[in-house]
Amino acid sequence: MTKKNKIIELKNICKEFDGTLAVDNFNLYVRKGEFVTFLGPSGCGKTTTLRLIAGFEMPTSGVILLNGEDISKLPPYERPVNTVFQRYALFTHMDVYDNIAFGLKLKKIKETYVDKKGVEKERYRKYTNEEIDEKVKKALKIVDLEEFEWRDVSTLSGGQQQRIAIARAIVNEPQILLLDEPLGALDLKMRKEMQEELKAMHKKLGITFIYVTHDQEEALAMSDTIVVMKDGVIQQIGTPEDIYNEPANAFVADFIGESNIYSATMVGDKLVRFLNHNFVCVDEFENNKKVDVVIRPEDIVLGDAGCGMVDGKLVSKTFKGVHYEYIMMVGRNEVVIQTTDNFEINRVASISIDPFNIHIMEKEFTVNRYVDAWIDKNNNVVISEEPFECDITQLIPGSHIDDEGYLVDSLGVRYDLTDADVIAEIDLKDIEVIDNSEDGTIAGEIVSIIYKGDHYQIIVRTEEDEDFVIDTEYTWNEFDKVSIKVDPKKIKLTLKAEVKEYVKD
Amino acid sequence: MVKKIFAKVFIYFMLLLMYAPIILLIIFSFVDFDYIDFRQLFNGDVINLNLYKELFTGEDGEVVVQAFKNTLLIAIVSAIVSTILGTFAAIGMFYSKKRMRKLYELGGQIPILNPEIITALSLTILFVFVGIQFNFFTLLIGHVVLTIPFVVLSILPKLKQMDNNIYEAALDLGAKPSKALRSIIIPQILPGILSGFILAVTLSLDDYIITAFTRNNSFVTLSTYVYGVTSKRGAIPPTLRALTAIIVVVTLIVLLVINFTSGKKDNKRGKRI
Repeated sequence: MTKKNKIIELKNICKEFDGTLAVDNFNLYVRKGEFVTFLGPSGCGKTTTLRLIAGFEMPTSGVILLNGEDISKLPPYERPVNTVFQRYALFTHMDVYDNIAFGLKLKKIKETYVDKKGVEKERYRKYTNEEIDEKVKKALKIVDLEEFEWRDVSTLSGGQQQRIAIARAIVNEPQILLLDEPLGALDLKMRKEMQEELKAMHKKLGITFIYVTHDQEEALAMSDTIVVMKDGVIQQIGTPEDIYNEPANAFVADFIGESNIYSATMVGDKLVRFLNHNFVCVDEFENNKKVDVVIRPEDIVLGDAGCGMVDGKLVSKTFKGVHYEYIMMVGRNEVVIQTTDNFEINRVASISIDPFNIHIMEKEFTVNRYVDAWIDKNNNVVISEEPFECDITQLIPGSHIDDEGYLVDSLGVRYDLTDADVIAEIDLKDIEVIDNSEDGTIAGEIVSIIYKGDHYQIIVRTEEDEDFVIDTEYTWNEFDKVSIKVDPKKIKLTLKAEVKEYVKD
Repeated sequence: MVKKIFAKVFIYFMLLLMYAPIILLIIFSFVDFDYIDFRQLFNGDVINLNLYKELFTGEDGEVVVQAFKNTLLIAIVSAIVSTILGTFAAIGMFYSKKRMRKLYELGGQIPILNPEIITALSLTILFVFVGIQFNFFTLLIGHVVLTIPFVVLSILPKLKQMDNNIYEAALDLGAKPSKALRSIIIPQILPGILSGFILAVTLSLDDYIITAFTRNNSFVTLSTYVYGVTSKRGAIPPTLRALTAIIVVVTLIVLLVINFTSGKKDNKRGKRI
């Protein structure tokens, strides 16, 4: 892509609010005329990023380039971008005309004129009333609300107010139009209608659109490019097709559309094992590597028992209008299947999957790793401000702890490990989740849940902002307040420094 | 049904209890006897405007007229000053950081709960300490201090009701912060500013304690006049009945104006979807 084509570029943008990172090292460029959507769950930093572009927030670090010029320090009223807000933010004390004309009345335009001596000069002037009139009428026509000029804003319906908000923004001919969940407050039917209209408007006006939403369907339907975000970090950038067919990780696969996600192992060249079967696939990974596999429910072919690759029992069937949705149990794993074919449930059937429809991803989490753990004076390992009675003799093979609390190795050398920095690793299965915040060792909140066929992978975030990834069979809900319990004996420890640095005397 | 009737009777009884003295006062302001006796009312033609005439033309007439003027002057000037200061204070409080905002709001509310006598005393001590002569200016400060928390309190809810993004929308459309304040924020909270102003006027009109402590003794307001004549002569002069009746009617008009303006505003919101 040539540099000329980039209208806006965000480089290494970070935004911190009171010590928490809302946007973490955000890098993106948008081409002129593109329709880009920031997609993610609430609190993922998508709105903050939009506000950084609009100028309502200043980045903690990084630069924003508009047509190659740094605008990161410019106030919003000097940026050639306009915003459509989620709750419209119309000026209720003005009528429709004054709302739309507000920006035009403030704008100064450059014009060249010939002075008395015949020299061509430049000057700034305001729009004349006739010009404003014409532009307001044109904007109202674009949003299909002609003849509404003199209506009081408060007499309009939600959809009409939204259209006025759009007209108010596009009348200024911004280089980029920012839309912050503009359809969030509308009902479903209205939303679908406005989606189509916004798309048509984007085509007609040729303005670059940056759109924020948490609705994946909306993002898939409208965008040229989708930026999937989570916890202030970009997860994937791509076309709707890319994002849907080739999700970068389990989070994206789970967030966009419905999917079956399984933990799998590569067992040979283009051969992956899950659901107790070796499937042929098209992605190459090294042998014996643990991976995540994603299969869309509509990509699974359901057939009679024995005819497919794997047999299982159909346990549930739901009519969804266009198709049926079945749930099949293969061993302890659930498989969700969408097909138009009618099958009887509570019977054994089979499934087969085309190699092209098996999407393999690197595992995001294989183990919980805490690099800033340390050993306190009682020989406990402190993780996330909480002491654990770990077996620290594992740090020095063949050692034991003497009466004074020093570690003694087989040769009788004493080590003082107080304040030693260690790396602690806890397996995903070795953490137990408890229903209330008191009974476990560390309290936290569930921030993410992904279903992986026969278990859930959940992430518990503690008050110290430490994340624990846990594989569990039990169902939890997002934002549940829980606590976690770890068997200290199962924590693997590694010293950060050389052992000899801790030799006593 | 019985419950409904009981509820109604109770309400009317309470209202009667509250308004009977005022109604009585207004009735007797049209009867020019020195002492009040109900039997007088049935003695034929006793209703007249003599007390009103005497109030303005009698021996205290000039003082009363001056007191009226002074009261209105201090009420209006102090209300204007505290409305301007209070509006900016409320906007400043609203747009400060959350924790500071809570602190400011609390700080603004303490003077409301504080007994007025304490405000009055502390102001007097302050003026003496600084060495200022008691004059119109000290009285003005006293009334502004008295009314400003109420102005802030009537504007803050309007700011909170406002769409969060409305100020940002103005900036986004090219308005500088000062322009956004003038053409968007102020008009949006205008109903709150107006009711704050009216509240400030009424509070200042009938204030006695702060006025008594911070005024120059030659500056007579209605409240200090009434207190002066009642404490001096023992018996309450009948002309006071006319004076208080006038104050009641004025207050009633102000109250109707407040209700009318806020009622209109509610209608407007009712139409919104």
